[in-house]
Amino acid sequence: MKNIIFVEHDGTEHRVEARVGTSLMLAAVTNGVPGIDADCGGSCSCATCHVYVKEDWLEKISDKSEMEEAMLSLSPDRKLNSRLACQIPITEELDGLEVSMPEFQF
Amino acid sequence: MADLKVQEDKKGKWSMIGKDPYAMPIEEIDLSHPGIWQANEFLPFLKRLRDEDPVHYCARSAVGPYWSIMKYKDILAVDTSPDIYSSEPTISIVDSFDEFTLPSFIAMDRPKHDEQRQTAQSVVAPGNLKRLEVIIRQRVCRILNNLPLGKEFDWVQNVSVELTTQMLATLFDFPFEDRHKLTYWSDMATAIPGRGVAESQEERWAAIQECLAYFTQLWNERVGNEPGFDLVSMLAHGEKTKDMPPMEYLGNIILLIVGGNDTTRNSISGGIVALNENPREYVKLRNNVALIPNMVSEIIRWQTPLAYMRRTAKQDTTLRGKEIKAGDKVIMWYASGNRDDEVIERPNDFWIDRPQARQHLSFGFGIHRCMGNRLAEMQLRILWEEIMQRFKFIEVIGNPERVYSSFIKGYTKLPVVLHANS
Repeated sequence: MKNIIFVEHDGTEHRVEARVGTSLMLAAVTNGVPGIDADCGGSCSCATCHVYVKEDWLEKISDKSEMEEAMLSLSPDRKLNSRLACQIPITEELDGLEVSMPEFQF
Repeated sequence: MADLKVQEDKKGKWSMIGKDPYAMPIEEIDLSHPGIWQANEFLPFLKRLRDEDPVHYCARSAVGPYWSIMKYKDILAVDTSPDIYSSEPTISIVDSFDEFTLPSFIAMDRPKHDEQRQTAQSVVAPGNLKRLEVIIRQRVCRILNNLPLGKEFDWVQNVSVELTTQMLATLFDFPFEDRHKLTYWSDMATAIPGRGVAESQEERWAAIQECLAYFTQLWNERVGNEPGFDLVSMLAHGEKTKDMPPMEYLGNIILLIVGGNDTTRNSISGGIVALNENPREYVKLRNNVALIPNMVSEIIRWQTPLAYMRRTAKQDTTLRGKEIKAGDKVIMWYASGNRDDEVIERPNDFWIDRPQARQHLSFGFGIHRCMGNRLAEMQLRILWEEIMQRFKFIEVIGNPERVYSSFIKGYTKLPVVLHANS
């Protein structure tokens, strides 16, 4: 199990354990972390699992697909460290990963 | 192409009303005709196709040949493949009339789609919605407080239409006393001529021209002012949108009026119908109003205010073993995907605390996903919060009348009586 930290917009931290192979989105949703809606259930189709990845972790995550980029580009709060949580598989290297959520999912 | 005239209606050769989908050759099933939709007879047709021919070719119809995509997963695949399945030239099953076509980004591909959507969507992004919540609640309260108790009235006109019209006026900062023009223009923009709304394409077009003239004046007034939070101002000041041609501006205005009009209206009405048809769910709601947000998603799934969205194949492609040719018309039947038991548990149940209630197809998915979705949900949530503080039972006391359309799934009349909380 790997340790993941989710930080809400208001600063509230949630520390969860996630299995290698699951997605960051599922790690949030199954642990009741608020602020990730995941309307499409994880198929890179809605952009409501939008997270900001703490900079040092970005390069440890696999590159985004064209589809993920297309969905992110439409997000009004998109930043350089934006990713969709459903497209981030939990790997050994991500133990201790920290992400924060935007104020809104849209 | 021929207008669908009143005379062709129920006796017309294209109507499926009264037919048994299981007693006819499957290739003759045609979902495009509005008959079975208005008659509320469409579910068995969707089910047979979903089970037996989920990527179904209809060779002959009043709107020409088309493919019907029936399963949730296939609809999702089509919706998220905009490079294969284009939204141009139109997202309607009816092919465009050249001279009456209004360009808007719902019917555009990338990159133009992205440029226009990125500007327009700020007006309905959650940050702006926070600002609107107070005024929405005020308007909901004023409407609800003025409804008659214990006496029959039409929920559609007095609540569903009135509330959504006021909401649109707010989004555009449209002169409040003229707000009924928004409903009128929206109804004209989507009307099938000859069915009681617009008698002809010419009448329809005259209304749309009037809309352009009015909004052009609003643009001219606001382009010189400081940028505001209403949609007109945002488009007039947006870097990528301030030079847009008048017909494109009109198309996008109509898109937002239509997008925010019938859909929300019919979800408001649909929730009343759903609760009346499922009284145990109504009891559950009365006992726990914290279920309202989840119920809102379930209402939108159950009603599916837009039955389909159309795409056009840009290249030869294969789906579930069927060969779709470049240029073929492809219809994603959201109304079917939302009842697909492969993905949705007990899909025909109206279940207000259903898990994963947000995973429905009613807003679509992918780059064209409804950008007003949070606004719609907010309106419905606020409405139900205020309803539950006032009325223990909104009782439907007659048969609902439905819209004559295979696209817009909704209600033209809903007779109700209100019973106040004691």
